[in-house]
Order: sequence, then C-alpha cells, then structure tokens
Amino acid sequence: MDKDIFQGYTGRALTMLQKYHVRVWGKAVMETTRGHFEGTVLPRAEHQDDTHIVMKIATGYNIGIDIETITDMKEVGYSKANYAIPEKEFPYTKGLPSVKLFGTGGTIASRLDYRTGAVIPAFSPGELYGAVPELADICNLETEKVFAVFSENMGPTQYIALAKAIGKEIEKGTEGIVIGHGTDTLQHTAAALTFMVQNPPVPIVLVGSQRSSDRPSSDAALNLMHAMYAAGHGDIAEVMVSMFGPTSDDYGLLHKGTRVRKMHSSYRSTFRTIGDTPLAMVRRTGIEHIHKNYKPRRKDTNVKIFPYFSDQVTMIYYYPGMKPEIIDLLVDQGYKGIVFVGTGLGHVNRELYPAIERANEKGVHMYMTLQTIWGYVHMFVYDTGRDMMARGIVPTGNMLPEVAFIKLGWALGQTNDKEEVKKLMLTSINDEITEREPYNGYLVYQGGVPEVEEFVQKTRK
Amino acid sequence: MEDQFDSVANYEATRSKIGYEPRKIATQETYNRIGFMSGLEVHQQLKTRYKLFCRCPAGIFHRNDQFNAELIRHMRPTLSELGEYDGTALMEFKTRKNIFYRINNENACTYEIDDTPPFLLDKKSLEIALEISLLSKLNIVGEVHITRKQYLDGSIPTGFQRTAILGVEGHIELKNKTIRLIQLSIEEDSCREISDIGHNRVFKTDRLGMPLIETVTYPEMTNPDEVMEACDYIRFLNRSTGKVLTGPGAGRQDVNVSCKGGTRVEIKGVAHTKWIPELTHNEAFRQWALLEIKEELERRNIKGENWKINHTPLNIDKTTFPEPFKQKYAAAGEKFIAVALPGFKGLLSHFTQPEKIFANELAERLKVIACLEHPNMFHTEELTPTFDSAFWEEIRNSLNAKKDDALLIFRAPEDDVTTALEVIQERCEMAFDGVPKETRKSFENGTTIFERVLPGADRMYPDTDSAPIPLTNDYIEGLKQNMPNDIVERYEQMQEWNIPEDTYTYILSKNLYPIIHKIITELKYAPLFTGVFFGQHLKFIEGQYKKGQNFSYEIVYGLFKFAQEHKLKSNILYPMLSIIYEQPQMEFDSVLTDVRYKPHSKEEILAPVDFLREKYREIGRVQTEQAENNWIMGELRHRAMGNMEYKTLMNELKKR
Repeated sequence: MDKDIFQGYTGRALTMLQKYHVRVWGKAVMETTRGHFEGTVLPRAEHQDDTHIVMKIATGYNIGIDIETITDMKEVGYSKANYAIPEKEFPYTKGLPSVKLFGTGGTIASRLDYRTGAVIPAFSPGELYGAVPELADICNLETEKVFAVFSENMGPTQYIALAKAIGKEIEKGTEGIVIGHGTDTLQHTAAALTFMVQNPPVPIVLVGSQRSSDRPSSDAALNLMHAMYAAGHGDIAEVMVSMFGPTSDDYGLLHKGTRVRKMHSSYRSTFRTIGDTPLAMVRRTGIEHIHKNYKPRRKDTNVKIFPYFSDQVTMIYYYPGMKPEIIDLLVDQGYKGIVFVGTGLGHVNRELYPAIERANEKGVHMYMTLQTIWGYVHMFVYDTGRDMMARGIVPTGNMLPEVAFIKLGWALGQTNDKEEVKKLMLTSINDEITEREPYNGYLVYQGGVPEVEEFVQKTRK
Repeated sequence: MEDQFDSVANYEATRSKIGYEPRKIATQETYNRIGFMSGLEVHQQLKTRYKLFCRCPAGIFHRNDQFNAELIRHMRPTLSELGEYDGTALMEFKTRKNIFYRINNENACTYEIDDTPPFLLDKKSLEIALEISLLSKLNIVGEVHITRKQYLDGSIPTGFQRTAILGVEGHIELKNKTIRLIQLSIEEDSCREISDIGHNRVFKTDRLGMPLIETVTYPEMTNPDEVMEACDYIRFLNRSTGKVLTGPGAGRQDVNVSCKGGTRVEIKGVAHTKWIPELTHNEAFRQWALLEIKEELERRNIKGENWKINHTPLNIDKTTFPEPFKQKYAAAGEKFIAVALPGFKGLLSHFTQPEKIFANELAERLKVIACLEHPNMFHTEELTPTFDSAFWEEIRNSLNAKKDDALLIFRAPEDDVTTALEVIQERCEMAFDGVPKETRKSFENGTTIFERVLPGADRMYPDTDSAPIPLTNDYIEGLKQNMPNDIVERYEQMQEWNIPEDTYTYILSKNLYPIIHKIITELKYAPLFTGVFFGQHLKFIEGQYKKGQNFSYEIVYGLFKFAQEHKLKSNILYPMLSIIYEQPQMEFDSVLTDVRYKPHSKEEILAPVDFLREKYREIGRVQTEQAENNWIMGELRHRAMGNMEYKTLMNELKKR
C-alpha cells in the first residue's frame, strides 16, 4: 500500500492501522479497554513514538489513543483536509510604488507540517497576500520564491543566489525589495547582502516574524506591512532589517544590516541595533528617521554585485582554559580564516599563543571580535592584546562577531592576499565598523530599577 | 401623514402570539411544545500553586489599576488545521479592536504576553483534572494533545487558548435521569476584561493561564430546572475532590440552548447556577420568537435572496432632529445614517425576550461588531419613541421608502459606517433563516445580549509548541486509588442518615460531606445532628458572621473532636462555632472560657429548680406547666451548656 496512506506512522502503530485497514484521514471507530472513541485519524509527527494513533474528534480537538488498549477498529468514512489559503492576484494600484518580495521560507510564510509536527515554510508569497490584504494599500507587489529553507539552513549558496536575484531585479527598475526570511540567521543574511549588493539605489528590507503566521496574534502581517512601506516609500537605500520595535503591535524599527542582532530567543522585539541607534522607526503610514545620515534612494540602477564566499572560515568562541589543539585542528583541516570571539576588550589565554603563531605562519587570516557584543576591541590596552597582534590577530573595532565571520568569508571568496583581505575587512561598507559609538546606543534596560519600571509602565512595551 | 405605529401593542400581541409563558407558570408541557433542549459547559478553576503553562503563581488577583506594564495587540484570523476560516474569527477581525493588556510582574511573565513559548504542562493540574475525569466516568485518552482554540476577542494574547481533551463519553446521574457527557478538557483560563469602549478593549492578565477544566454535557436537559440540577451536580463533583478553587469566578458555565427548529445558542459566563433556569427559559422563547419572525416574512412573501437595505446619510443641519437630540449628539462629529428595512414594519417591535424586541438584536450587533456605543440606533418602533411620526415621514421620503418598510437611524464615526451597514444587512438576512448561531452574554434578570458569532470546530489547531503527553495505564490506575466517592452515593448516604434534603445543596457545594462523614464514622456523633449542624447552623453562621482568615472546615472537625475528648455535650458546639468562625486561630480552651463554660454536675444544674418554680409562680404571666418549664429552661440553659443536652434537661424538668 502507498506509504502516504499512513503518513508518519511507523512500527507498531503502523502495523495496527494496516491490520484494521484504517487510513490517515479515515473516519475511525475504535473500541479500547478505556472505552469507545470516534474521530478522523490524523498524520503522526515523525519523531513521536509508535504506540499512539492521533485522532481529531467531532468537537475539533485532537486526542491520542494508546494502541495497547485497542481491541477493535474500523474505518467508516474518509475525508482529507485541504489546507490552502485562497490565493489572490495582487491588485495593481496606479501611483503606488512597485515592490518585489522574495520568499526564502521561515516563519513569515509557514504552515503546519505533520512530518515534524512543527511549522514548515509553505505559504507562497501570493498566499500571503490572501492573508494580508492591507498590503495592496501600500504598494504594487510582485513576488518570487527564491527557495524555501529554514533560516538555520540559509548559507553561502543562498546568499549568492539572493544577491544575484536582487541585482537583476534592480536592473529591471523595481522601487524596493523585501526579503521574507526566518529570524534565526536573519542578521547573517543581512550582513552578507550588505557586502554582496553594494551601492543599491533602492531599499532592500529583510523581514521575518517571531510568531508564525498561523497564529492570530502573529507579528508577521504587521512586520510585512512595515517592510513593504520601508521598501516602497522609504528613502533609505541600504540593506536593512525591519522588525518590531516594542513587543506591542505598534511600530517597527529599521536596523542597518551590519549592526543588527537577534537578542532574545522568543520576544517579538528581538532584533536590536548594537553599538548604535536604529536607522528609523516605521509605521504603516510613515517613517521617522533616527539617523540623519543614510544612503538615500536614487533613480539609477548602478548596483554592484559581489557574489563571493569562501566556506573555509570558522569562528572560535573563547572560553577560559581553552586548549591550543582546537586551533591546530582547524588549521590542519585547511581553514583559511578564523574569527575569534574574545573576552573583555578582545582577549584569549596565553596557552593559545603557540597555536596562533603556527596558524599565522601557515597563512591563516585571524580577526578578533567581542563576547561583550557591545563596545570596541582594544588590543593596545593590555600586553595580552599586543602579544596577540604581534602573532597576526587583527582587531575589528566594533564589528559584530557574526558580521566579521560573514565578511571574512566574503573577503576570502575574493582573495587570499593578507593585506588585501585586511583592507576589505577593515574598510566599512556600511558601518560594520563605526568610528564612534553614540552615548545613547548602549541602552540595556534592567528591570527592577525604578526609572526603568516607570518607563515601562508608562510606555507600551 | 405617517400613522403612529403602536409598538407596545405589537410587542404584547407578538408575545402572546408565540405563546410566551413566564417561567412561574410554565410546565414540562410548555417546554415540550417549544422543544426546549439544553446542554452545559461547566468551567472550574483548579487549586494549584502554578499556572498551567508557566511557573507564575496561580490565584493571585489584582485591581484594575495595579499593573506594571501595558501592551497592545491586534488579532487576525488564521486557517484552522483543516484549512477553514472560523466565522467568529472573521467577525472579530471586522471589529478592528485595539486590545490592551495590563501586566503585573507578580503573576505574569513573558509567557502570558506570548513572548515565550509554553513550558511543560503543570503536572499537578493534570492530575486533578484526570481525577475529575475519572469521577465523571469518562473514557480517558491514551495521549493528551494540546490544541489551540482560537479566540480573537482578545481575551487571550496569543489569540488562542491552549486546551486538551482528557476524556470523552462519560455520564452523571441526576435524580431522575442520566446525563451523558461529551468530553472534559483542561485549559488555560483567559484574561479578565476591564473595559470595552469603541475600538479599545482592555484586559488584565492575572487570571490568564490559570488551570481550568471544562466539562461538556450532551444537550439532554429538557427543562430549565434540570439544567440547573445537572450544573450543580457537576460543580459538586468537581468540589468533592477538594482540589478546586471556590469563590467568585472560580466556577462559571456556558449554557447551550435551542428550541425546536432553532439552533444552538451559547449563553456565556453564567456566574451563578441559580440564574440558569430563567436564562434558558427566555432563550428558548427568544428562538421561538425569531422562528415566528421567519414565518411572518414567509407569509409576507418577502424573500431573503434579493432583500437589500436602503440607506442615506442625513445632514445633521438640514434634518429636523428635535433640538434636545441635536444638542446631545451633534457635537461628536458622527455620521447619522437613515436605513429602510423593506417590508419589516411590525418586526422591529416583535417580542424576543421580556422587555426586548427584535430591534435590540440589531443594536447589540452594532455595538459589538461595528463598535457603536449605545444608544446607537433609533427606529420607527421604539417602545418609548425618540422621534414623532412627522419626523419619520420626512425620513421615509428621503429614503423613498414604502409604508410597510421599517426605518432606523444609526449614529457612527465615519470609519465605522460601512461595517454598521453590513451588520444591519447581515442580521436582517439572518431573520429569513430564523435563529443565528451566536454566543450571548447573560444578565441577572434572565435576559441576554449578543456577544459573538458562535465559533465552530474550525477554530482548532494543534499546538506545535508542545509535545503530546502519554497517559499510561499504571498512572491512571494510581490516580484511581485516592478518589472520593460519587456524588450520587453521597446523596443516598445522607438520605439514609435522615439528614433533611434541603441541606444537601449547601453540604455538597461546600464539599462538607467528607468532614460530616468523618465525624459520624470516626467520632460517632449522631448523623442527623451532625448533618443539621453543618447544613443549617454552619450555613447560618456563614451568612451572619465575618469569616476569619485561615478558617477552614477542617477546624470544625477539630472542634467536634475537642468536645468529644473533653466529654462536652454537643450543645456547646453552637456558641463555640460562632467564635471559632471569626477567630479560627484561637485555642479551643480559650473559646471555652470565652463562652463562659463551667463544668456542672447534673445535681448542680438542677439545684435551683425548686427556687425557680416558686419565683415563676410569682412573676409568670401565663401559668401553665409548659410555660413554666420553658422559663426555667431558659434560666438554666447556660449551666447546662456542654454539661447536659437541652432535651435531657427538659425531660428532667418535666419529671419534677
């Protein structure tokens, strides 16, 4: 029999279903030692045990039946669910800007997956419009599904494909670009696109959601509206991330692609600009600039695409007592670039020095970033820092660790020359290293402090 | 000139036409005639330390103004697991509500505001809920699947309630019949609403996430009193575990009602079981009335398919609104829209509920769906007219409406006009089909108002954030070991003990049975005395005295035990209870001092009898033996307290 008939069932549960000829989506009547049960048999998630059968009962709830208790079972009907958002063609409104939406997967466009029991990327951007009709008031939208992968599966291949697609779209004259993306590695993609797509004439906005669009209180719809607005109407022609400012359904923040970081595993307002203030606040109806200096929108199409990436780059998150073998092993494996994430101002222990020296001799490119996330690498303050620089480690200012990793991969995709790589690394493309940190950039609120409590109570979070 | 329509006469005529009877005179025949049918969804909060899906403390409540932060959310409809949109969800989306949540750090964390996925389901809650499922004779599931049940009214910040079925197909035994149960679920409780004005709805999150169970019956109750009886039974069953919360809001029920040809309408959040009979009675008749309206439309030969309202905006300056009306409403800058309902004359004032007419159905939907505050609508058939017939004639002309059209005017902010017109069209269209599926909010006087469109099974979605929980046979068998006995058994035992039936409701609702049982079987007190002491005297004390902090019924058991150990006669329990109820921390010895107890032998008690007899003969106004003994009894009562039963004392007096 077709395997799909018993979607997800394995082992004993599968045998049981086969024995009584009951299919997934079949209406089943079961007799068990715990009594009588009726319902529609649902698919089972792959990683769940093989001792239960899942049913949807008449009231719409799901229950599981222990196969050990089943004494009889019969299929009395069959009806397969058809899960699809009505797909609607996006209406054209004269006078609204044209925006291109690239779909990559992630929770902004996802649906239930019975295989894993989690959500998978499956909504086509066209379906998205069916769910968020307000988008038609903001722009004229074209959509393209570049690929459908989970955020954590986004990598160099996808960065390059995306950069090329964006280049083509800009040449065609689009007025703004939005990229739907999972949030886990949104910052990595934002950094990669900043380096690969230089001098864009229009906004390139990455957007995701922290609550999947299958939830009524999802942030997906509002995030998408903010992103569309920033892409179509905004004046900032940079690679940006648009996500919730506060956790409330209120305004979004536009973050520079090189300075943004996911800072909470589950909050809606998880993305924060680090070492600076965000670029702007965005609402469905307007943008309020925070940064006075930004790269403005242009009429030309003179974008430069640098679709390069080397995957022979790694990151080392330093911890006390780290052994030099770690570095030796990586070097022996042929890694050409290492980004250190050091303590304090940018330090690792002395024990690693010989390994670092060895790596340097072998031509490995080494850069230092910070575990503190906030602040600058200062390798001149202590001897340790000076010792490390002497052994070939280059400080990266206030470049974020993930950004440094992406940039080193991008640089090594172009050249192996130490000086050229260094020049690429240390020349800011879009503020991945800033000359100064504004006093109001670092604001980590601490609950419990009276001033903060007062602020939180009066301002909707 | 427009005829003055006698709305009051029409209301009364339609009321008698459908054969409405007040509940006082209604009989089973009345309910059989209209095909009364009702089922229950009984909610009960569990007594646990933690909330269901996070480790916030349960059962800590706050005043509306006690909050540390406020945040705002909007809800959007999403597809169900089977790929359908739910009707309620679409309605709530139409209302475009800003939903505000007030959070207090003490009892809400990032889970409550949906910024953290759920933690593991609280084990204690599951255990209590399963115990109640077993008592309800339900078939226990093999694996608990947490499901999301959409609520777009904002009462839950996620937009759905996490809920799970524990058992299906159970039953309870009422006095004269068995009522079958559909299912029992465990779920997280919702927010409490603070206000709902215009487009802004405010909630507090203290109750949110508390463990709650819902017992659902089949619609098998055939008269209002039976619904109350079933509800009480379920509540008493829940309380018999001693592991559920009591007090305001801890138990609430939704009551489903329909009549023959009608549809399931859910009366939400009925706080007291004693409200149930009147509410269900009126709802069945409301549906009966709506079916009569449907028939009337058929008689008038008006068809629903092409029926359309006709409307026109009114210019407030050019319309001859009465001056006081203008002064009251003109300043708000709202739009005034006149609407003609073709062929609806005589229907707006059609009886629906006591003191309510069909026009209320429109006005209530305008408030809920279009967010128009009352009074949002004025019409040609108001029981107390706002405008005179000359005014309506002008409106009728401006609408080009016919004589048999009903007319109304609503007031609305410009943005809400479209929704309001849709609401009116939609509700009137529903009149052609009879009874709309909806949930209704209850009032103490037995009437209800529209609350929401009735949600269906389409709002269910598996919770992808939590794994299923298997329930093994060993675990279930273990739970069965410490279960209380059935309510019906308790009922029968009390009958056997000759405890008067009128005390059962109180005893079962306070779950006093286990204590009474213990006093009778362990301490060997007389069953009748014990039952009456709890069922009547304790009830009286609860009504008259202020309960001290930490008072529990266990203390009363302690009191009985103390009396027995000190060989005190049981009449001393009465004064002692009054004191211990207000000051439960007091030592029983001190209470004895407080009631001025002194040990007296029989001789000591009876010593003054001869003297008292002489005295009564001097002062007594009624010189009979009975009056004399009663008076002496009164004088000796205090001496006898704790030393001799009053009945024994009286017998002694009669002997002498």
